[in-house]
Amino acid sequence: MTTGGRFELRSAQFRRERQASWQELESLLQRIENSGLGVLSHDELTQLPLLYRSAIGSLSVARAISLDRNLVQYLTGLAQRAHLAMYSGRRRPIEGAALFFARRFPQLVRSFRIPFAIACGSLLAGVLIGYQLTRHSPDRYYGFVPEAAAQDRTPATPTAQLRDILYSKPTEGAALDVFATFLFDHNARIGISCLALGFAGGVPVILLLFSNGLTLGAMAALYASRGLGGEFWAWVLPHGVTELLAVVLCGTAGLVFGAAILFPGSLSRLDRLRTRGRDAGLLVLGAVPMFFLAALFESFFRSLSQDPGLRWTVAALVATGWVLYFVRGASRG
Amino acid sequence: MAESAAARTVDVLTTDGTVLPFEQAPLFNRLGALCVDQLIILVVTGIIVIGSLLLLAGTLGAHVLSLMIVFNFVLRNAYFSFFEVRGGGATPGKHWLRLRVISRDGGALQPEQVLVRNLTREFEVFVPMSVLAAPQVMFPDLPPWAGALCSLWLVVGALFPLFNPRRFRLGDLLGGTTVVSMPRTALGSELVDAPAERRGVTGHEFEFTSAQLGQYGIDQLQVLEDLLRVHDAFEHQETLVAVLRRVEAKIGWDTPTPEGRARKFLAAFYAQLRRHLEQKALFGVRQQHKREGRLERGGSPSEPPR
Repeated sequence: MTTGGRFELRSAQFRRERQASWQELESLLQRIENSGLGVLSHDELTQLPLLYRSAIGSLSVARAISLDRNLVQYLTGLAQRAHLAMYSGRRRPIEGAALFFARRFPQLVRSFRIPFAIACGSLLAGVLIGYQLTRHSPDRYYGFVPEAAAQDRTPATPTAQLRDILYSKPTEGAALDVFATFLFDHNARIGISCLALGFAGGVPVILLLFSNGLTLGAMAALYASRGLGGEFWAWVLPHGVTELLAVVLCGTAGLVFGAAILFPGSLSRLDRLRTRGRDAGLLVLGAVPMFFLAALFESFFRSLSQDPGLRWTVAALVATGWVLYFVRGASRG
Repeated sequence: MAESAAARTVDVLTTDGTVLPFEQAPLFNRLGALCVDQLIILVVTGIIVIGSLLLLAGTLGAHVLSLMIVFNFVLRNAYFSFFEVRGGGATPGKHWLRLRVISRDGGALQPEQVLVRNLTREFEVFVPMSVLAAPQVMFPDLPPWAGALCSLWLVVGALFPLFNPRRFRLGDLLGGTTVVSMPRTALGSELVDAPAERRGVTGHEFEFTSAQLGQYGIDQLQVLEDLLRVHDAFEHQETLVAVLRRVEAKIGWDTPTPEGRARKFLAAFYAQLRRHLEQKALFGVRQQHKREGRLERGGSPSEPPR
């Protein structure tokens, strides 16, 4: 008995009938990969999804009936390339960034109200506790403020010198922007490490926020004890509003991250991490430009304006601006 | 090869409901693409530095420095995201090495995913590099052993892809992305001689019985396919003859075929074997492997098939 060919092989017939449409798709893909979807004419553009579906269909058939490995590999590759061309997600980067800051970022912040409140709370608790403790016994100042951060501002410093720091003008005008960029680089890194600390379940994030709060509170207490409390806050807040907000947002991201690891809910930890991790990363991304703005304010505005009243006004304006941005931006979508 | 290839694919379920087995990009290629991209960043930064020094020499000394810091930060962090969003998942380096970033959920690659997967780059590339370059500078306050431990901890982030079978970076994990190689299989010619068959020509020069064809399975068919698709190699003839003799022995072929006709014999065997196996597959029997033992001369089984 022979099994010789009296009839055309089914897989060969299938190939003969479909081959032309595969080659048409292939030539379209070649052009797209070289120079983008824009090169296709209107007709070709409408043709693309049809050819893609046909290639997907061919692949299914070929997997079922053909033992020609080259054919199946070719069709798999063709379907993959077509899939990448159809779902490439090519966007205009500027447009995407604009959309992100106009809508997505405020919405994200709103959707994480609870971790945001916890992060805020940790920072505020640090400030209050640091302030109260230092007011009662000034020696604690040395415990709360690390030497590097103190920079000659200790309970032993005479009041006049403390005052001078608040109103000091840098001698070199040109060095200001270097200082600003250095601050920005430094702060943005701190914010990003806040996110990374979320890996450890979020506890270090709360500690970090709390201890930064302690430092700030202790310093405020030192100035308050010399009757300079109001002027100290006028010195901190114009840039501090933005900077502290950005720090808190990064802390929020760290908490979201930590919560995804500790409480994955109905998903596996990996899946929860994927969905939440993306949101957390986006929060940090939104916070980075805020650090940039804060650093600009810190180095330029602070040394250009010496009047506490003006400083208070600007701080209030900036705070209002942020509240409006987050409330309006979130409700627009 | 089939097994190892299977272990290195990333199955993506498309929104059309088809599973596409993308080929996972080899780590070596990804490293190469990273080097190319870093080189581009370095060269561009260098050109800007030299250009601004030449143009603005003396006038704006400190401003140039601060511009440099900002520019370097932006370039370092925005380069990858910019190109991966704009180019549909490929930076110039990836494009060159035929790599693409894809979304694991089978949908379009969202700009958000790209941004998040590149957010961790600072930790995975730049921090470990500075740790390796100057460990003592990173942790000046710590004792050496603690500094070494911290450095190790920082470097681990960069080595993360080595510790999971899917070769995800931390950023891939967060962004829900993965890096794949672009397919490059070209369509070969049809090996089954279709026109002759369509004419309904019977009486091939080589005719095989179904018992003879039944000796081999799909694995061998596809090895034979690879063999027949090679045309140019000079030593190829020896391989063909060697395979021819083994096939003849296995199926109990009566008369040894002349060496010059080896390709003809194997092509005919391939065509008939494929028809035989495809027909069986249509009825739900996929014979993957060859049978044990050989046939007697004339094609009758020397031992009952197990």
